[in-house]
Amino acid sequence: MSQCERTSWEFPALPYAYNALEPYIDAQTMEIHHTKHHRAYFDKFYAAIQGTELESLCMKHIFSMVSTLPLAVRNNGGGFFNHKLFWKVMGPNGGGEPQGALAEAINQSFGSFEKFKTLFNEAAANRFGSGWAWLIVKEDGSLAVTSTANQDNPLMDIAEVKGFPILALDVWEHAYYLKYQNRRPEYVSAFWNVVNWSAVTERFEKASQ
Amino acid sequence: MGHPIPRCPHFNLNQSMKRNVVLIIAFILTAFTTQAQTSLSILQTPSGKSVFPPLPYAYNALEPSIDSLTMSIHYSKHFKAYYDNLMKAVSGTPLADKTINQIFANIADVPVVVKNNAGGFYNHDLFWEVMGPNSGGLPTGEVAEAINKSFGSFDNFRKAFDDAAKGRFGSGWAWLIVKEDKSLAITSTANQDNPLMSTAEVKGIPILTLDVWEHAYYLKYQNKRADYVTAFWNVVNWQAVAKFYQNALK
Repeated sequence: MSQCERTSWEFPALPYAYNALEPYIDAQTMEIHHTKHHRAYFDKFYAAIQGTELESLCMKHIFSMVSTLPLAVRNNGGGFFNHKLFWKVMGPNGGGEPQGALAEAINQSFGSFEKFKTLFNEAAANRFGSGWAWLIVKEDGSLAVTSTANQDNPLMDIAEVKGFPILALDVWEHAYYLKYQNRRPEYVSAFWNVVNWSAVTERFEKASQ
Repeated sequence: MGHPIPRCPHFNLNQSMKRNVVLIIAFILTAFTTQAQTSLSILQTPSGKSVFPPLPYAYNALEPSIDSLTMSIHYSKHFKAYYDNLMKAVSGTPLADKTINQIFANIADVPVVVKNNAGGFYNHDLFWEVMGPNSGGLPTGEVAEAINKSFGSFDNFRKAFDDAAKGRFGSGWAWLIVKEDKSLAITSTANQDNPLMSTAEVKGIPILTLDVWEHAYYLKYQNKRADYVTAFWNVVNWQAVAKFYQNALK
């Protein structure tokens, strides 16, 4: 378990413009998603930890004992962290395929990039209700695809499959409903056009440290 | 001249045979249809329909509380998908001969695809029934008395229901149910679960329900679920709720 500490909490700015992911993810969705949903998770999370000993801990530490904490910390802490990662692993001029060590790790764990993509698509499509699809680095260094309900994530002690998330896809309906409505698979397909593989590679390297 | 003589007496015989064949085919079809309906007993749901149930009003009937586009997609895409997926999942299995209530009562024994889609089918079917145009206001009669008895007042009931709808994290439903002791209770369930399922934390017979999946309100209300919950009260069909209450007491 990470014993990391932290001194301040900030609501992160979106690392690109609201319309930067057009036409795959529309500007209106990005704006509401960031300024309303993500903001509300951050505000409620901070309200839940402010003045408690949790305030000086990092997210990884908090998630590692989340089963012992109030539900508001789990739901809003998850919502805060998950969206922050989601923004980071997307970007304009994204898409394509990963390179280098990450590409090798994907081939090693899944056989090929296409096989990985299929698994990830299935995880995103089959998550019933609200949740997330993940690419994670497991404790043994191998990669795995998993999904979680609501705002849970693979860093949480309650997660069925645990690991360090390096790629995330939000499949709550609020992430796609304005543009795609009931057609979640179309949104999942579109997502691959905005994946920022450099950012995913950075997360991958961070996981191996 | 008398009546014209049929040029060919066999013609009449043929007609008669044909009529018999038609009758036999009709008989077979009736028997088959009856059989088919029996095997679709799974669809004996709140609306009482044994086929994909029509929406009991127009898509725009709940405007402005619930917009026409939302109703159209909700009914013709989401609800239809639950129906189709349920039919596909039970077709040719012993589950097709069970009522949907029997399936819910033993929900831990069925595949998760049946659970999710049977829930999605039943829940939406009830949801359409308990809403309507020219609705809202307050309940009257026995259901009003039961609400007062169980919650103290209508306002207390409404507040508890609002809290259940707003407090359900993620996708799910808020419910007003009749419990086994005939008292009323409010509960909420995740995803497409419902209080008839043997796995439900709080069990009972649903008489009012509100869908709080984001698809139920996102096109009009986006992140403002609370506004949608407030608007819902304008379209509650209390006569339908009273009917479900009476059925639940039986």
